Amino acid sequence: MKAWAPERPVPPSEVFRVAVVDYGAGNLVSIEQALTTVGTEVILARTPDDLARADAIVVPGVGAAAPAMRRLARARLVDPILAWIATGRPYLGICLGLQLLFERSEEDGADTFGVLPGRTVELANAPTLPHIGWNQVVRRREHPLFEGIAQGADFYFVHSYAGVPEGISADRLVLAETEHGARFASAIDRGNVLGVQFHPERSGGDGVRLLANFVRWSAALAAGAGAQYTPVGAGGTSGGD
Amino acid sequence: MLRRRVIPCLDVADGRVVKGTRFVDLVDEGDPPELAERYAREGADEIVFLDITAAPEGRGTLLDVVERTARRAFVPLTVGGGVRSVAEMRDVLRAGADKVSLNTAAVADPSLISRCAARFGRQAVVVAIDARRRMALNADGPDPSWEVVVRGGREPTGLDAVAWAERVVELGAGELLVTSIDRDGTGSGFDTELLRAISSRVRVPVIASGGAAGPADFVAAVRDGGADAVLAASIFHRRIHSIAQVKRAMARAGLPVRAVAGTR
Repeated sequence: MKAWAPERPVPPSEVFRVAVVDYGAGNLVSIEQALTTVGTEVILARTPDDLARADAIVVPGVGAAAPAMRRLARARLVDPILAWIATGRPYLGICLGLQLLFERSEEDGADTFGVLPGRTVELANAPTLPHIGWNQVVRRREHPLFEGIAQGADFYFVHSYAGVPEGISADRLVLAETEHGARFASAIDRGNVLGVQFHPERSGGDGVRLLANFVRWSAALAAGAGAQYTPVGAGGTSGGD
Repeated sequence: MLRRRVIPCLDVADGRVVKGTRFVDLVDEGDPPELAERYAREGADEIVFLDITAAPEGRGTLLDVVERTARRAFVPLTVGGGVRSVAEMRDVLRAGADKVSLNTAAVADPSLISRCAARFGRQAVVVAIDARRRMALNADGPDPSWEVVVRGGREPTGLDAVAWAERVVELGAGELLVTSIDRDGTGSGFDTELLRAISSRVRVPVIASGGAAGPADFVAAVRDGGADAVLAASIFHRRIHSIAQVKRAMARAGLPVRAVAGTR
């Protein structure tokens, strides 16, 4: 069991609140439980007020972009999420929550957050689609998110589309890659914004460790170690291209 | 590289894990969340629950079992058995399942597949196909064929299993769970011909089921049957083979598997 219980990233005396954005996208039990396991207080956020109480936000989700954007818009969560990101606060997107960061989804033509330059496209040359199962996540550089996790460790994927960064900063956005027919970006980071295409909440001990790392990194960011992190989107929504 | 998955299947009735040959001679084999957690620790790449509770009043118990499991085992969870509507699928997902497997209800109303895929994405929709081999007239006869059966193999449908597989993928199935009813519970190995007939015609992942006796069968399901994942129940429940033993055999055969303690 020890692999599933990494040391707490938050001292027991402190409360660290993570808002998990709930827009009706299926299973939230796993992510809620995993974040609770690493010592955070989880808020299932359905309104802008729920976000306001949080120290970090996680946007989970699977499926298509258009219905997700519709449900987020109906809950009046899109602008608060964009404002959250623009003010340099910690964001983790999981699967669809990563894809939404880009400008547009080719799956259904939906306009998405536009925080990162690029589009979400179908995986190219995939031998099977959807890409379902455990696959290796190969880092291109180090980041606190992957601290204590072996290079090339396996994480659980379930998706058919992935975000493709574009523009002059595209290369710098890619934190890790995975291969399924062709290589795609399986983790991205820019300043206060992190995204993973896999599901840490379903990836056993390494997944729980990654979430603990996110919390620790978020706490450091909030505590003012943020000088090294450049907030994203402060100058508009089109990113660096 | 994408790993080939090893998936223990837990037949759940009234909140307990049971295993007979499908619906007869049920033997109580334990608490589902406890078994799921043990399998996750031992290297299961995913867990499948098949709810074989016949009575509708047992559904609440199932949702509770799903939620307790999702809170204990941080591996993917697929739930099948008795889901007949988009609303029921939503309830199972919200309880903590990642995927839902449709079977009899999809045969009765194929539009259920497209409606569920539209609402939750195709990656959440598994279609389970129970197939029975049609008797060949003679050894030189046409290629083997299989008929889709429902209600635990008791009811033939007249549908050709390969054609049905292609149809459900068109409708929005993101994965197929293919069970050979002839082999299920017999320990005579997977029907690799059936698996190959289907896996060669669809692009979605195929999970092999029905007939596992030992590690060599798992290797054959992937190598000869083209399966992406292999599912078994009794050989794991009765500790005849461990997940680690199966994965070691697959690794030795050159198949990519996720390392767990003891397989490296």
